[in-house]
Amino acid sequence: MTGSPESIIALAGVTKAYAPGQRHAVRGLTLAVAPGEFVAIIGGSGSGKTTLLKCINGLVGVDSGVVRVDGRPVDEVAGHVLRRSIGYVFQGVGLFPHLRVADNIGVTPQLLGWPSAEIATRVAELLTLVDLPPEFARRLPAGLSGGQRQRVGLARALAARPRIMLMDEPFGALDPVTRDALGRDYRRLHTRMGLTTVMVTHDILEAVLLADRIVVMRDGVIVADATPRVLLAQHDDPEVARLMDMPRQQALRVRAIVEGAALDG
Amino acid sequence: MDERWAAAWRLLPSYLGAHVLLAAAALALGLVISLPLAVVAVRSPAWRWPILGVASLIQTIPSLALLALFYPLLLAVSAVTEQLWQWRISALGFLPSLFALTLYSVLPIVRNTVTAVLGIDRDVIEAADGVGMTTTQRWWRVELPLAAPMIMAGVRTAAVWVIGAATLSTPVGQTSLGNYIFSGLQVEDWVSVLFGCAAAAGLALVVDQALALLESGGHRRSAARIGVGGGGLLLGVLVAAWVRPSTSSQGEVYVIGAKSFSEQYILSTLIADRLRERGVLVSAREGLGSSIAFRAVAEGDIDAYVDYSGTIWANVMQRTDAPPHDQLMQEMTAWLREHHGVELLGELGFENAYALAMRRDRAERLGIRTIADLARVASGLRIGGDYEFFVRPEWAALRAVYGLEFAGEQQFQSTFMYKAVADGDVDVISAFSSDGRIAALDLVVLGDPSQAIPRYDAILLVSGRRREDALLRAALMPLVHAISIELMREANLRVDRDQDKQSPAAAATWLAEQLEARSIVAQDP
Ligand SMILES: Nc1ncnc2c1ncn2[C@@H]1O[C@H](COP(=O)(O)OP(=O)(O)O)[C@@H](O)[C@H]1O
Ligand SMILES: [Mg+2]
Repeated sequence: MTGSPESIIALAGVTKAYAPGQRHAVRGLTLAVAPGEFVAIIGGSGSGKTTLLKCINGLVGVDSGVVRVDGRPVDEVAGHVLRRSIGYVFQGVGLFPHLRVADNIGVTPQLLGWPSAEIATRVAELLTLVDLPPEFARRLPAGLSGGQRQRVGLARALAARPRIMLMDEPFGALDPVTRDALGRDYRRLHTRMGLTTVMVTHDILEAVLLADRIVVMRDGVIVADATPRVLLAQHDDPEVARLMDMPRQQALRVRAIVEGAALDG
Repeated sequence: MDERWAAAWRLLPSYLGAHVLLAAAALALGLVISLPLAVVAVRSPAWRWPILGVASLIQTIPSLALLALFYPLLLAVSAVTEQLWQWRISALGFLPSLFALTLYSVLPIVRNTVTAVLGIDRDVIEAADGVGMTTTQRWWRVELPLAAPMIMAGVRTAAVWVIGAATLSTPVGQTSLGNYIFSGLQVEDWVSVLFGCAAAAGLALVVDQALALLESGGHRRSAARIGVGGGGLLLGVLVAAWVRPSTSSQGEVYVIGAKSFSEQYILSTLIADRLRERGVLVSAREGLGSSIAFRAVAEGDIDAYVDYSGTIWANVMQRTDAPPHDQLMQEMTAWLREHHGVELLGELGFENAYALAMRRDRAERLGIRTIADLARVASGLRIGGDYEFFVRPEWAALRAVYGLEFAGEQQFQSTFMYKAVADGDVDVISAFSSDGRIAALDLVVLGDPSQAIPRYDAILLVSGRRREDALLRAALMPLVHAISIELMREANLRVDRDQDKQSPAAAATWLAEQLEARSIVAQDP
């Protein structure tokens, strides 16, 4: 699948160190994503997940290797043009504190020169999608809870109808119920709109339940890359195997609790 | 008291107007320079420290020195532009003040901008890139708005600094609220000093509040606040431009210079009044530094002023010999004309030199009439001098020629020096021969039989541009040999005395009346 013509995103031997002599953030990454795929990236803190996402939309320039989007190497496209066509949800959300919610959501369409009436319609539509009341449009980010901000961040990434979505722990600050609901809503949207999604998460259950494919990273390299089904069945790497066994182990423990067994049994 | 208050109020529109225009221009220019500099400093770490370093360095230069340094700098620039394009820029007054104050305003604006932009949440900057902004879009849409409150705080700091430092532009020939302070300090008119300080402080306060209003208006998106703050500032500048006496716009304006002491203020006012009587516009450049005044007349930045033969001979011509008076005057006249195109119209008739003075009763009891007499008993006496006297060549010459050796030397501010000799705390002082307090305190000036002290005859100097100007000559020539030392002392005393103090303008009017009464100076035909 690597670099095959039908990949919408393709990384080949991508290496990046943030400073000369510093440990590589990612090393020899090779990954191809087909159109319409939903890929979850999972791995410990500092394993290079965020760096991988930023290499795709050019926020981080690679030291070696090639990143292609739609078949074109990203360094041949002007960065801002590339990024207007790719939705990105930041780990730190990064809403513009001086802009109202509506202007935050509508920023990319505005940069693309959409007519303001069209932007207003799109903003209203997205507020409904991320389940925020319409009057939030006039609020400033300071007046939102952490979860509400993440929803605005998601709406902002979707605003210009990108075909590719890069999401860096997009649902981290949400309560479990909302998180599950919004995750499932997003998955439906992904399918309905034919999006290609690469989502970083540290929640293995979320990855299993939402993604078509799970990529496991450790110390800047990919240690596993397969469908949830395959990974759940077995893996040679003991750490990956233990990670993938987690949801099942937890489910068993939950069932034990329900059936009245002792907690430490 | 009343008269001095009234005089101060009368001058307020022109001083305040000039001050406001200068400060506003410097701030505007400062902003135009600072923001691009700040952008460079933000974008390039390699340039950041040089830019902030130089800006800080400028701030450590005393503002008075910075202002003074721009005068020779602009003279040099002017020489180049004149050579290349026959275009002379005025090195005096507005331009040097504008440039110095502009430099002064750069640091707070640049530093605050850099700190503010670099302090913006990394996530927000990253998001700006992530949504597809170019670097320029990121600057205008994200960085500048988020940094705006701190930039505004920098502008407010700069505004207060500039308004304060603008008072120091008086010695380079720019009218400002500093004119109150400089002339007040010189003639010990504390009302004037206080008035100038209060006016400058009041202006700084008002501008600061208007900028604060503008700032909070931007923050709260309140058009009313922005309107009141910004509109108020704009209105202030417009009114200042309107009340400022139009000078450069009307071609025929005579510019009269004055150095920074009472006699100079009186004489420049006298000259200005005589010109005004002839129906021409006159503007004054008062409180000029001593060497700046001569350069200004040489460059044609001022048209006329009074200087002293000894100053020109020693400081400008760099001569150390002492030819007889008539020969000295001839040589000086020729030299000035040849080297600077400056015309020496003539002597006013009095001398203002360093002189040794004593209380009359004491001098008579000791039998002292000349410095030679003094030298015999000096070892038992104490001498008081102003801050400069004991390091000046005159003092060295006196000691060398007469072998003067005192029991003690003491330095004073000039007011206290006169008090000290009057009270008997010191026996001899270094007076200025035209100082009115000599007569008022009944002091005697000791003779200088060996002519150790060079002569400081008051002379009228006219710029090359006005050399043939009949009107100016007609106004000035009657003053030649017309002002006796007694008359000048009395005029100076009116300004310098503690009781019933007069403004230099009132003293000039008095002097004019005296000249007329004695019909030494004929009335206009
Ligand atoms: N801007 C940066 N400058 C220097 N080092 C960085 C930067 N961003 C990330 N790193 C380093 O690169 C490695 C990978 O980071 P990251 O991609 O953020 O990992 P993850 O998202 O998996 O936590 C880490 O060691 C991190 O410290
Ligand atoms: Mg991360």
